Amino acid sequence: MAYVARKFQFVGTADTNPETKPFFDGAADGKLMIRRCTSCRKAHWYPRELCPYCFGNCEWEQASGRAKIYTFSVMERADPPYAIGYVTLAEGPAVLTNFVDTDFGALRIGMDVKVAFIKTEGGGPSLPVFAPA
Amino acid sequence: MGLRGAAYIAGAWEHPTRKAPDKSIALLHAECARGALADAGLSKDDVDGYFCAGDAPGALGPLSMVDYMNLKCRHVDSTDVGGSSYQVAVGHALEAIAAGRCSVALITLAGRPRSEGQATGTAPRPGNPAAPEMQFEFPYGPATANLYGMCAQRHIYEYGTTSEQLAWIKVAASHHAQHNPHAMLRDVVTVQDVVNSPMVSTPLHRLDCCVISDGGGALVLTKPEIAKSLKRPLVKVIGAGEAPKHQAGGEVDLTYTAARWSGPPAWEMAGIKPSDIKYASIYDSFTITVLLQLEDLGFCEKGQGGKFVADGNLISGVGKLPFNTDGGGLCSNHPANRGGITKIIEAVRQLRGEAHPAVQVPNCDLAIAHGTGGTIGTRHCGSTVILERE
Repeated sequence: MAYVARKFQFVGTADTNPETKPFFDGAADGKLMIRRCTSCRKAHWYPRELCPYCFGNCEWEQASGRAKIYTFSVMERADPPYAIGYVTLAEGPAVLTNFVDTDFGALRIGMDVKVAFIKTEGGGPSLPVFAPA
Repeated sequence: MGLRGAAYIAGAWEHPTRKAPDKSIALLHAECARGALADAGLSKDDVDGYFCAGDAPGALGPLSMVDYMNLKCRHVDSTDVGGSSYQVAVGHALEAIAAGRCSVALITLAGRPRSEGQATGTAPRPGNPAAPEMQFEFPYGPATANLYGMCAQRHIYEYGTTSEQLAWIKVAASHHAQHNPHAMLRDVVTVQDVVNSPMVSTPLHRLDCCVISDGGGALVLTKPEIAKSLKRPLVKVIGAGEAPKHQAGGEVDLTYTAARWSGPPAWEMAGIKPSDIKYASIYDSFTITVLLQLEDLGFCEKGQGGKFVADGNLISGVGKLPFNTDGGGLCSNHPANRGGITKIIEAVRQLRGEAHPAVQVPNCDLAIAHGTGGTIGTRHCGSTVILERE
């Protein structure tokens, strides 16, 4: 099934929430920003100020953008169809995302993918998506 | 006092409607409440505890509904964990009755997503923008069907599960639904019918999905002395457990559900094991939901669910574990997009010997009713109730 670009509707607090603003600023510059705990050193997803493993404070870092597909599902019922999935970042955590610029029939669990960025509708923020590496 | 047996399900009633454009959600709740109280042989004035969840209309939990129904309560609880809220409510009512906080607990569920034209499984529904995950998930189109599709895809990858094995779950439900005059889908289907139905979100086909229906149901739990004074068969709550499961900071594993954690405390309280169960109500938003929960509750080993459900093993009178003998969410109804309460109601029917004769399990004395609310693909709550006929 061929890839057709779709519109991404944003719901959230990109402009008003200081806790996650650096993530959206990074995405606008084509950088995938994730958080890592200054105490236990684990990276996590989605980005939080307090580490979800030990409640330590976290710092921002730019992720490599390299990942592997953990799972996916192609919503064929939608118009246009789209592929949702989790990718496991090289840094560790799994991220919910969409797959772009690929025939959906080519998607496989374990496939190497790399980050790309799309603009959301209505002047909303940029967000990371993934395409075959 | 221990919780095992501290409460009985004295009343259970399912609304027969599947489409109710002419009734408000509040009225549907009240009709269910009236039905369950009549079933128990109790009156509205006997209720001193009320339990509801997010489907109850009104902004402040139980307040609008206790006002609408004019209930005089000394205990309320509106824990909302989606479709599993009603198993949670049974557990919480058990605790409240054991603690003396109420004597007659009413639980209601009702809604009408069908009349409201909701594309429940295929259109993402935005929630509160302040929910911390919203901005990292909603733009990617999480639409229920594809979140469960991801779970099925991973299970297929790790364990070799097949679409044909998943299809057997729908086939079993359809064999039961043919005997339910209220069921939305009463035609018996085959494995080929399921796998040849249109793809919704890979690898789940249309017939892997539950129906979208209006309706509701209600339960009345009482302390033992009251239950024993009534004229209905005695259905005792002997086990209850609840647990949420989520993305764990990014350590995502979609091959199992929260049933792995809600089951053990329920089994322990009940003092029984899966092989003792005569009838199982298992939440069935999708075929994959059933398969995962059966594994996680211990009916078979992890990864063996496909083999377990195949060849009619879930069909009453045919297989070893009769499940969802009313047709379940897959064929009968899924009121308010929440199938928890109907799971408990059918388990009560089986234990009372009041299921349809064609699907009634002989000498059904132990039953389980398990719920899953939210979505297994992101975050959800599992809740387990084990019931015994006394």
